[in-house]
Amino acid sequence: MSRIIEGLSYSESHEWVKVDGDIATIGISDFAQKSMGSIVYVDMPEEDDRIEQNEEFGAVESVKAASDLYSPVSGVVTERNAALEDEPGLLNKDPYTNWIIRVRMDNPAEIEALMDAAAYSEFVAGQE
Amino acid sequence: MKNYDRLIFELSREGRCGYSLPEGSWEENTGCLPQNLRRETRPALPQVSEPDVVRHYVNLSGMNYSVDTGFYPLGSCTMKYNPRIDEELASHPGFAHLHPLQPEETVQGALQLCRELSDCLCKLTGMAAFTLNPCAGAHGELTGLMIMRQYHISRGDLKRTRIIVPDSAHGTNPASAAVCGLEVVQVRSTPEGLIDMDHLRPLLDDTVAGIMMTNPNTLGLFETGIREIVKCVHEAGGLLYYDGANMNALLGKVRPADMGFDIMHLNLHKTFSTPHGGGGPGAGPVGVTASLAGLIPEIGRVSAFHGNFGVLMKAYAYILSLGRQNIGRVGPLAVLAANYVKESLKDRYRLPVPSLCKHEFVYDGLARQDAGDGQQVTTLDIAKRLLDYGFHAPTIYFPLLFHQSIMIEPTETESLETLDAFIDAMRRIADEAESSLGLLKSAPHTTPVRRPDETLAATHLKLTWKS
Repeated sequence: MSRIIEGLSYSESHEWVKVDGDIATIGISDFAQKSMGSIVYVDMPEEDDRIEQNEEFGAVESVKAASDLYSPVSGVVTERNAALEDEPGLLNKDPYTNWIIRVRMDNPAEIEALMDAAAYSEFVAGQE
Repeated sequence: MKNYDRLIFELSREGRCGYSLPEGSWEENTGCLPQNLRRETRPALPQVSEPDVVRHYVNLSGMNYSVDTGFYPLGSCTMKYNPRIDEELASHPGFAHLHPLQPEETVQGALQLCRELSDCLCKLTGMAAFTLNPCAGAHGELTGLMIMRQYHISRGDLKRTRIIVPDSAHGTNPASAAVCGLEVVQVRSTPEGLIDMDHLRPLLDDTVAGIMMTNPNTLGLFETGIREIVKCVHEAGGLLYYDGANMNALLGKVRPADMGFDIMHLNLHKTFSTPHGGGGPGAGPVGVTASLAGLIPEIGRVSAFHGNFGVLMKAYAYILSLGRQNIGRVGPLAVLAANYVKESLKDRYRLPVPSLCKHEFVYDGLARQDAGDGQQVTTLDIAKRLLDYGFHAPTIYFPLLFHQSIMIEPTETESLETLDAFIDAMRRIADEAESSLGLLKSAPHTTPVRRPDETLAATHLKLTWKS
């Protein structure tokens, strides 16, 4: 069973979002890291890059495959988790403390389109 | 298999050489090479004798697994046996010693061969014209998409910037589309593994340039809704691109143009049996229907000269040596072999899509993956253990629709005995997963390189040798 954290919002492409004011912290779920296997590279946008909801903002590469990352929100990147450059496997160790980017959201209401922990649990159960 | 792990540099001894020329009878002539481009020190080449060099490379080649040494059921790659007669004809000095810059009047035979090969490909696919220039499948995809884009531009229809690609597609499809400047829109598969029409229909608007399809698709399933898909895409003003990667299933029986496709490529190196793998060489000719034929020259050159001529020659020899009657038996035999293996192992391996397959099919790991103690038998374990039984591993972890994909394509060139030996090995591995899991987890045991740490291998590359 994959670990799912209460209080986060989840997308169908298995990203999670934590909201703090107008800042969204984005990562990938435990289900995503388990499905991918050992992660060997994380491609992240630069600070000040604009990203759009449901559009690709980077990619995660594992020993099995490369998967695009889709942004759950629109906005401007304020921070990238540089630790992932040297140690991409952090996403396997703990995908919830090891976030990927932080974004200043244009429209925090976009979060409402995402799933809560309970809905995401059900969504993942259908895929496992 | 002899274990050989030396590098040529390790064999080097100061002053040793394979060939020496008489001293004093040669003078240095660096011609017009400018001083700043000349070496000051000798290159750091290994100093070795001729037998050292020959034995080194022969020993290395002995570690190679190839379709000439054994069964190679790599899904989506069509690793069929390459008939020797094709090699023999392609190495005819009159062809092999041609130079691409020779005057045209001296290469008429080669040009005739290109023309006759094009004609054969047109007959086999129903297309009206082919370009032989693209050097591989993905190169063909890009060329085909450039023709598609040119079609819309030539009609003044500039808003068609999106291309639809199924979620089961080869990764090269979205990659080629991106290189061509098109935005990729993914269309979902149904649980039965076919394109979801209800998802496709609303995607088709006037911004769609077309759709890229592989038929049969990467699950080895024929897209039975193809007529409906063609109708919808054409009505929306888009074109249909046929990825020829899986053409082996249909060869001589079904033609992409008859299905309604407008543009396609063929992987000559797969379907028409020329040696490939390890990066080439390939050939990906692109065919189009009559109304698009005039657009081929408009996109400009995509490769030097006439593409990979050696591959074209072997494909031509393959087509002629089989002839019209026999080429129609390739697809059915490939389909029979795939279904035979699929049905023979479905009690031990999970078969997510149980319907009749074409030339290849996908298992989703073992039927019993839970090995107790929280341990799981993975597709990687199965693939590694197959190496110990002397088989090349199938394609694994593709398509991405399942977590433990094992994609098997036996091709038409394997005997019943070979297929049975493979089935037997797969059954034994399923037994071992239950009785002696350690054997699988530590496999392979008989290969020169055991199981590398894949994460380390991907993150800490050692690409140079230092003494």
